Amino acid sequence: MIERFGELRNTALLVSMFVIAGCGGGDGGGGGASAGAADAAPAESPVDAATAGNVAGMVTFSGTAPMMAEINMNSEAVCAAKHSTTPTEESFVGGENGGLANVFVYVKQGLESLTFPTPASAVVLNQDGCTYRPHVLGVQVGQDITIRNSDGLLHNINASPTENRPFNVSQPVNMETNRSFSTAEVMVPVRCDVHGWMSSWIGVVDHPYFTVSGPDGSVALDGLPPGDYVIEAWHEQFGTMTSNVTVATGETAEISFEFTEAMAGASVPMGEPIDLLHPDGHRTVDH
Amino acid sequence: MRVLPNLRSGGWFEVLLSSRHITFSSLLLAASLPFVPTHLGAQVDGEVVYNQWCAGCHGEDGAGTGPAANTMLPRPRDFTLALYQVRTTATGGLPTDADMLKVINEGMPGTAMPGWEDVLTEGDRLALVDYLKTFSRFFQDDPPTPLDFGRATRETDEAIARGAEVYQTVECWRCHGQQGRGDGESAPTLNDAAGFPIVAADLTENWRFNGGGEVEEIYRVLRTGLDGTPMPTFSDIVDAGVITNEDLWSLAHYVRRLSPEDEPELQEVVVAELLTGVPLPQTVEDAVWQEAERFYIPLAGQIIIKPRWFNPRVDGVWVQAAHDGRELALLVSWGDPSESPDTLWADFGERVLTTMAPGDEGSASGSGAADQLVVQFPQELYEGQERPYFLQGDARRPAYTWTWQSDVTGAFESIARGMGTAARQADAEQHVRATAQHADGQWKVLFVRPLDTGSEEDLAMTVGQAVPMAFQAWDGDNGESGNQGAVSTWYFLFLEQPTPIAVYVQPPVALALTLLFGLLVVRQARLGSGMVRELDASARRKRIARTRQLAGMGVGVIWLGMAFGSYQNSRAGWEAGHADLGFWWAIIGGLLAIAGLGALVGTWIHTRTSK
Repeated sequence: MIERFGELRNTALLVSMFVIAGCGGGDGGGGGASAGAADAAPAESPVDAATAGNVAGMVTFSGTAPMMAEINMNSEAVCAAKHSTTPTEESFVGGENGGLANVFVYVKQGLESLTFPTPASAVVLNQDGCTYRPHVLGVQVGQDITIRNSDGLLHNINASPTENRPFNVSQPVNMETNRSFSTAEVMVPVRCDVHGWMSSWIGVVDHPYFTVSGPDGSVALDGLPPGDYVIEAWHEQFGTMTSNVTVATGETAEISFEFTEAMAGASVPMGEPIDLLHPDGHRTVDH
Repeated sequence: MRVLPNLRSGGWFEVLLSSRHITFSSLLLAASLPFVPTHLGAQVDGEVVYNQWCAGCHGEDGAGTGPAANTMLPRPRDFTLALYQVRTTATGGLPTDADMLKVINEGMPGTAMPGWEDVLTEGDRLALVDYLKTFSRFFQDDPPTPLDFGRATRETDEAIARGAEVYQTVECWRCHGQQGRGDGESAPTLNDAAGFPIVAADLTENWRFNGGGEVEEIYRVLRTGLDGTPMPTFSDIVDAGVITNEDLWSLAHYVRRLSPEDEPELQEVVVAELLTGVPLPQTVEDAVWQEAERFYIPLAGQIIIKPRWFNPRVDGVWVQAAHDGRELALLVSWGDPSESPDTLWADFGERVLTTMAPGDEGSASGSGAADQLVVQFPQELYEGQERPYFLQGDARRPAYTWTWQSDVTGAFESIARGMGTAARQADAEQHVRATAQHADGQWKVLFVRPLDTGSEEDLAMTVGQAVPMAFQAWDGDNGESGNQGAVSTWYFLFLEQPTPIAVYVQPPVALALTLLFGLLVVRQARLGSGMVRELDASARRKRIARTRQLAGMGVGVIWLGMAFGSYQNSRAGWEAGHADLGFWWAIIGGLLAIAGLGALVGTWIHTRTSK
């Protein structure tokens, strides 16, 4: 109010001065993730099935199984209705006879001289019941990952690799989005920020010899050319273990990985800034 | 703008607090960086510039863990990941050089990152862009391709309405809340890519948006997402045909409309409107508040007294005030996603405290305190416009405070002689009443108190007078309590007084009189020029001289009268604490007095010589 009052007075003064003066009377004054470029140049080396061998074995866990927290999906009735029992976190899924599920097993070394075609078919990462299906999956470099929303409510798919470019995509309705990775990386974490409990892991390798263990813990890598290999097993809580095997034509080499309770130090509790990644991008366990 | 420059007597902190674009960053910058001369030299070395200006926060290795990083949330960017929020490229894409330069130039509002456009030369900034790229091998790939954003659609009412629908369709409210204040159900669980807690942007404060708050910039973020944060891209849903590109523009228009047209300007004086004919509001929803002027008071973290707080949730409060001559009503509104303590937010507060650790001695050990607002006044108006220390007073000049807490009904009055020393007045001396409402991520607290409580312990407020006023706010669910909250510097509360009728009458009367005399002179001059015949030349001359004398004298008297009016205004200004008004009216009055005297003396001399 003071301001307006002042302005009014000032304006009046100025006007009156101009009137006087004018009359002479006074003397006042991009998308790096969608590359698929890895399979560009080098000649592909098909594997001779007649000379190939296999790797098979078990992934087990010994010790007291960690308790998995229950997930409260009350805020998402659509998702809660899709679960017959109360859903729990999935960073540890054990099975009968000590089998350990969701372990990514793949050939880490021994295939360097070979290149493999990029599969034309996509792998599917489904969001169903506010849960990623599967929880752990493998994919080849350049291969499409079809990310599907089956819940019809907002999910965002936030992948944060270090060797590849990340992506963070929203899916507010039932729909599909394709993405791929251009570089081998074990593992790429995926999460949904809308639903903090949703997490998934994608293993990206540049060959087809990888698998994810089921609840029985059995794993198999078939059709490997004869030779020496380093097989690695990765688990999100227990880190990695490696095993050296020799594959001979027509034979199945045995592998066995036993994760133990004591290895749980490698866990990455959600929301805590702990850097467990080595410069080479591989998760390891320190004992 | 109401500016009272000569009343400012605060230290550097207060000066910083009162700058128009108040950013937490400027405080941190001043506190954490040593003064170093600008780099000179023809060949600009990006590494030298970086180590000098950037490494304090981002670290010499670019990993975002410099010495000052621990006091910041969000943390400084880790350049080794090549994760950039502000881009013109698709999600996961690298930023273009122009994208990087934009952030260096403009900073990141709402974070500790200041703009460097006025600090570093263009050569330095371009060298920085090149140097930042050396931290990640990803920049060895092909240069990024910007997305084609096309042109903005027109901002029509239909577009806004459609934008509101799209806001629901793509479920922005999940994080940002129904009214956009960052209070969505997923907001308490959000982390950035490094695992640190992150808030969903308050969409009603577009001047704090990362990457800019105008509609084109909002649209850009919708297309690209903010990599490294939970904010995803919405390009895919356009590609999939869920919504159209035009819908996305409409959404951008709608989001832009959630904020004021212009960034609020700093106003030093909160004016309490004098209500006549309507009763003083007793609720936060009273219709009076829809009309009353809103004043924005910026707040910053309390980083003077330990334990300090570098991560305040409340970055400003909106203040409205009214009085009816007997009581004052003060409505304070601010964004706060939760009604602390809220179990849904408990974990968020704990994570904030963990992130801000290691804090000072005495730092809060746990989250979950109540939200709190303190309105400060001096206990009395001290000699020479002296104000108490802005952090709840000092021993010599106590502060008189109103405290509201989210877990207690009402508010209470205290006397404080420094931060944390507030002593609640006796029940018999409690005069302030308060009602509060939390809705859609916003607190509204209404204080009502008699202007004069009759108590010598309380500041008496007088109509027509300005009293110092300051604010402090805490968000308990953000881990805030005790000294660890947000503070403002001193402002003024002015109780509007009835406008004297003379204010409206005087200027037109003076104008009319001046005009009248002016016309007289003109008419006389025309007569003198012979346009009208005069038989008697000497009589004509005499008449001209007489009229001129009359006109000169009249103008002189009017100006002297106006000078006297100015003197009165000046005195009123000084007495009301408006030193600037007093000063300028004194100048105007002085000039008018000189002009008036000049007219009188000039006229006298003129008529004397012409005789």
